[in-house]
Amino acid sequence: MSSPSSVTAVGGSATEEEPSASSVGRVSRVLRAFAKMPWLTKLCCLWLMVVILAAALADLIPGLADPNYQGFVFGNGNTNEGPTASHWLGTDNVSRDILARLIYGARVSLIFAFSLAAVGIIVGGTLGSIAGYFRGLLETFLMALVDTWLSFPALIGLVFITTMLGMRNLVVLVLVGAMFIWPSYTRIARATALSVSGQAFVTAARAIGTSRKRILVREIFPNVLPALLAYSLVGLPVLIILESTLSFLGLGVEIPTASWGGMINQARQDLLINIWPAVWPAVTLFMTVYSFNNLADWVRKQAAARSAAI
Amino acid sequence: MAVSEEPTYTSTSSESMGGSEILRVEDLHTSFFLPIGELQAVRGVSFSLKRGRSLGIVGESGSGKSVLARSIMCLNLGSNVKTSGSVFFDGRDLLALPRREMRRLWGTEIAMIFQDPMTSLNPMVKIGRQVTEHLRQHKNVNRRAARQIALDLLNEVRISEAESRIDRLPHELSGGMRQRVSIASALACEPSLLFADEPTTALDVTVQHQILNLLSREQRQRNMTMVMVTHDLGVIAGRTDDTLVMYAGKVVEQASTDEIFEKTQHPYTEALMRSIPRTTHASHTPLAAITGRPPVATHLPAGCAFSLRCPYVQPKCHEEDPPLVSIGTSGHKSACWYPVGSDANREAFERNLSDRLPQTLAVAESLDADQGPGIPAGLPDGGIA
Repeated sequence: MSSPSSVTAVGGSATEEEPSASSVGRVSRVLRAFAKMPWLTKLCCLWLMVVILAAALADLIPGLADPNYQGFVFGNGNTNEGPTASHWLGTDNVSRDILARLIYGARVSLIFAFSLAAVGIIVGGTLGSIAGYFRGLLETFLMALVDTWLSFPALIGLVFITTMLGMRNLVVLVLVGAMFIWPSYTRIARATALSVSGQAFVTAARAIGTSRKRILVREIFPNVLPALLAYSLVGLPVLIILESTLSFLGLGVEIPTASWGGMINQARQDLLINIWPAVWPAVTLFMTVYSFNNLADWVRKQAAARSAAI
Repeated sequence: MAVSEEPTYTSTSSESMGGSEILRVEDLHTSFFLPIGELQAVRGVSFSLKRGRSLGIVGESGSGKSVLARSIMCLNLGSNVKTSGSVFFDGRDLLALPRREMRRLWGTEIAMIFQDPMTSLNPMVKIGRQVTEHLRQHKNVNRRAARQIALDLLNEVRISEAESRIDRLPHELSGGMRQRVSIASALACEPSLLFADEPTTALDVTVQHQILNLLSREQRQRNMTMVMVTHDLGVIAGRTDDTLVMYAGKVVEQASTDEIFEKTQHPYTEALMRSIPRTTHASHTPLAAITGRPPVATHLPAGCAFSLRCPYVQPKCHEEDPPLVSIGTSGHKSACWYPVGSDANREAFERNLSDRLPQTLAVAESLDADQGPGIPAGLPDGGIA
């Protein structure tokens, strides 16, 4: 709303004013950053916003078809249809709406990628910060574990565990993925925590009597976080591709749940008859992954420019 | 429980010394154990400090002055560091104190200001919170009260527009501002002993002056005891009561600051003074640098550690390490076989000059350039201008 005046921010009700004032400031900062992006990055940003919003609000989009509704079974739909008014992107070989399946498929990809990144940041960040700050035997043990774990082929482990469990819904996939995502984050967090621990402000915190636990939470972890966020932004497209690959191989979420890789796999059977059910998810996947990479690159450049300025 | 333990700490030693002694360091040694050998950073330093007084510790890089300050504060963390000797603060031996007790002293009784304000503030934390961090930890001050205290402190250290700066992050402030913030942060719990570890080295000269004046004012107003560690004699000139000159981990000269400037005894102190640029010099006059390098602390020379660079060096200096002995009655101590100003010193200089010893020639050259008496008597306040 109106710009927050600094006078009210320091007035009597300072603590109440603070969060709203800073969140308004943050929004305007984000908008200003957006305005400064190159046009391609702007497009990428817009595309990601469309994908994320559509995936989040899929149930609320008016007129969006049921992604699993097979019209031809009930005599009111065609298989392999071209774009029509009711099916904007046409239908697949079992007459399901491709647009609806794309949108619900985005949900699977994004939930998978974002939850794994979150697990990596939280678990890996905590373990890595502890190892990098407290050092000692704990660090030796933890890093040995990380090295061992990283040498284990994650894809095979993923397939093995989901097969043994006999179920492959999204929750299971995320949980199994989490088992393999934390080591790389732990490594990065530890390396960052090591360099942060050597900084004067950590010594300064000790010199005012801060406990080691509090230093870890208030001094080390907040300074490790940016590195992890940067890493996770680069890692997101990789995770999206991983999920699509698994689905394409039939090892992702169980059918008929829509997923991009699954859609391509399904369309593969009739590729010579109708190529579009494969093209749409492939293009969507490409654009999404490209957008994440482009954005990550831009963020990296901004961070580099800023640290150079400081 | 903690309160009931309090009286047992006030040992008799401080009372017998007149009750005003706040810090006494006895034979403090600190060594780092490195792959290349033992690095003796501090080698048997002893001194005592009375409440409300200020002490300057001077020495060049690597002389052990910062390690000394950190050893006294028990901040030399690391598995390869060994500290021995004793440090009595208010009668209790800090080196023997359990970590939990030490943590209560840190910040509330003893505080420290660090050299580089660029790195001594957490880049992710707003300055208001940095200033009151320990208040909220140690004294259970709530958020709103802490904010008010932070404002008062920021105003006290002369940060203009404190109301708007309190919510800034450190990188949004200038270096001088940041050092003011770290001073405010050190003062927040009203410590009785303040260490300033090269508080102005990373700052512009004009800002240096302001920060030093701020520190002196706070020290006087709060009747705080202050230890100022610096490599710049100009910084302590006219600002501290006493001065300790360190070289290669040892105290080489110790006296009141006025006396150090007026009756310099140790060749190293003299060399330090000679290397201060003067406004009376013509511009572009080369600085009288001390020839050679400080000794590598893992491989110290036999005898006096300064012997390799000393213009007055004699065979005896290479063989025997001179002890720190009192000169006169005013508490002036110096560790030199041929103290500056003595006849023995003059003879040594002449002898070295005729032997064409490089460091002696360098000194003679700078004396010629000066065309005046060797050592200027005293320095104006803030001789760094």
